[in-house]
Amino acid sequence: MKLITAVIKPFKLDDVKSALESFGVHGITVTEASGYGRQKGHTEVYRGAEYTVDLVPKVRVEVLVDDADSDDVIEVITKSAQTGRIGDGKVWSTPVDTVVRVRTGERGVDAL
Amino acid sequence: MTPSSGDTAWVLTSAALVLLMTPGLALFYGGMVRAKSVLNMMMMSFGALGLISVLWVLYGYSLSFGNDAGGGLVGNFDFVGLKGLMSAAPLGGVAGESAGIPPLAFVGFQAVFAIITVALISGAIADRAKFSAWMVFAGVWATVVYFPVAHWVFAFDGYTGEVGGWIANDLKAIDFAGGTAVHINAGAAGLALALVLGKRIGFGKEAMRPHNLTLVMIGAGLLWFGWFGFNAGSALGAGNTAAVAWINTMAATAAASLAWLATEKIRDGHATSLGAASGVVAGLVAITPACSSVNAVGAIIVGAVAGVLCALAVALKFKWGYDDSLDVVGVHLVGGIAGTLLIGVLATKDAPAGVDGLLYGGGVDQLWRQAVAAGAVLVFSFVLAYVIGTIIDKTMGFRIPDDAEVTGIDLTTHAESAYELGSVSGSGFHTGAGVGTAKERVDA
Repeated sequence: MKLITAVIKPFKLDDVKSALESFGVHGITVTEASGYGRQKGHTEVYRGAEYTVDLVPKVRVEVLVDDADSDDVIEVITKSAQTGRIGDGKVWSTPVDTVVRVRTGERGVDAL
Repeated sequence: MTPSSGDTAWVLTSAALVLLMTPGLALFYGGMVRAKSVLNMMMMSFGALGLISVLWVLYGYSLSFGNDAGGGLVGNFDFVGLKGLMSAAPLGGVAGESAGIPPLAFVGFQAVFAIITVALISGAIADRAKFSAWMVFAGVWATVVYFPVAHWVFAFDGYTGEVGGWIANDLKAIDFAGGTAVHINAGAAGLALALVLGKRIGFGKEAMRPHNLTLVMIGAGLLWFGWFGFNAGSALGAGNTAAVAWINTMAATAAASLAWLATEKIRDGHATSLGAASGVVAGLVAITPACSSVNAVGAIIVGAVAGVLCALAVALKFKWGYDDSLDVVGVHLVGGIAGTLLIGVLATKDAPAGVDGLLYGGGVDQLWRQAVAAGAVLVFSFVLAYVIGTIIDKTMGFRIPDDAEVTGIDLTTHAESAYELGSVSGSGFHTGAGVGTAKERVDA
């Protein structure tokens, strides 16, 4: 199994969510995040004092999938989150040893 | 003689309008600090509302408006506890025109001036002052600085006492509603306290962004609304002078807001909401002393000059390295001086005060009187605030510990948070209130 993690622009969350639903993913976890890549931050001015704000708001989406679906899910997220402009974010996958569904105690692929 | 019902109604209404300025100021200041210290910022205003109201009734009014105790410097103790004022003759009656207002209406109107002047100072010491030390400072500064200075500026001979204060009666400087007594006074005290307390941790290095500019805008709106009571109410009657002051207050404030925005747009490239709100306050401050002595075009000039000057002055704290956190100096001291001095230039005999300034052929006679009044209040307030602040700092301590400041003064001093921002807080309820301090309970 794989954990797919995507850090994306907040306004693309709805697109990503519906794309994943159409693909057949049953559940996702979404967290508000902040950070920067090549995009860097922005500048704000208060009574003439300039502040640079390094961290920009992002959304982190996490999806647990079967190994076989991993590449496809990454593809789905990439397509649906893309604007083509700087700051679109990243998607990566990490191997997962064990998954348990808390309600039933099912393990592995059955728990996805 | 029965008081004039119209005048009395206007002065009582104005007093309530001015009272609302202090909660308005709490919003204006509160929005400008970070989320971790908004409650403390607002509490300094509410603390002043409580303390100064009580002191005013006990002896403050008497020190300000009792018969002069000598040299036009301070009132006597005739009115301690507002003695004898419930049934005293009306103040300021003019035969055939007005029968004046009840003394207690004047007591109430002047009380709210004392409160907001003290509250204004708190903007200089955001995020870092012990609440107990602030309350001690507020009471002592009001007693030895504000009450006497209000006597200098606002106590006219024969109004509440036979002899009044030196600025109003001997120097004859014009300060209609408190450019010197309120704004220069609070601004100078703010500067002194900013120097006594020192900079906040991270000042000039890390971003200290206003956490809620919508609160700032609401606060500025309430201040503007209340200020019509402050200025037009200072006519102490519902007549032509009040109307002139009202229009001048509107015109100067609008011009100052535009001028601040223009200054920002040229300098920083953006017209900001904080700039609009700050310009409103700068204009209100500057027209406060001048609203009875200039015409409406003069008021626009007063506002525009103040808007530009204050927008430039708020940068000085970074240049000179004093942490006047919310620009009490840049807005109230600079705006107060600008308005007080501009009377000497733009005053016209056509206005109710009946004095010509430099531009209207009056020469520099009024201008030097204005300068002496501004300078006297500035120096008196700065020196005494510095001394009082230093004594408090050396004895009970004026600042909270560094770790408490970094954690946030709301939590460490008041045991509260302004906002419940996350749903995962691990909070619990226990009925231990009263058992030990809140901090001990939190630690436990």
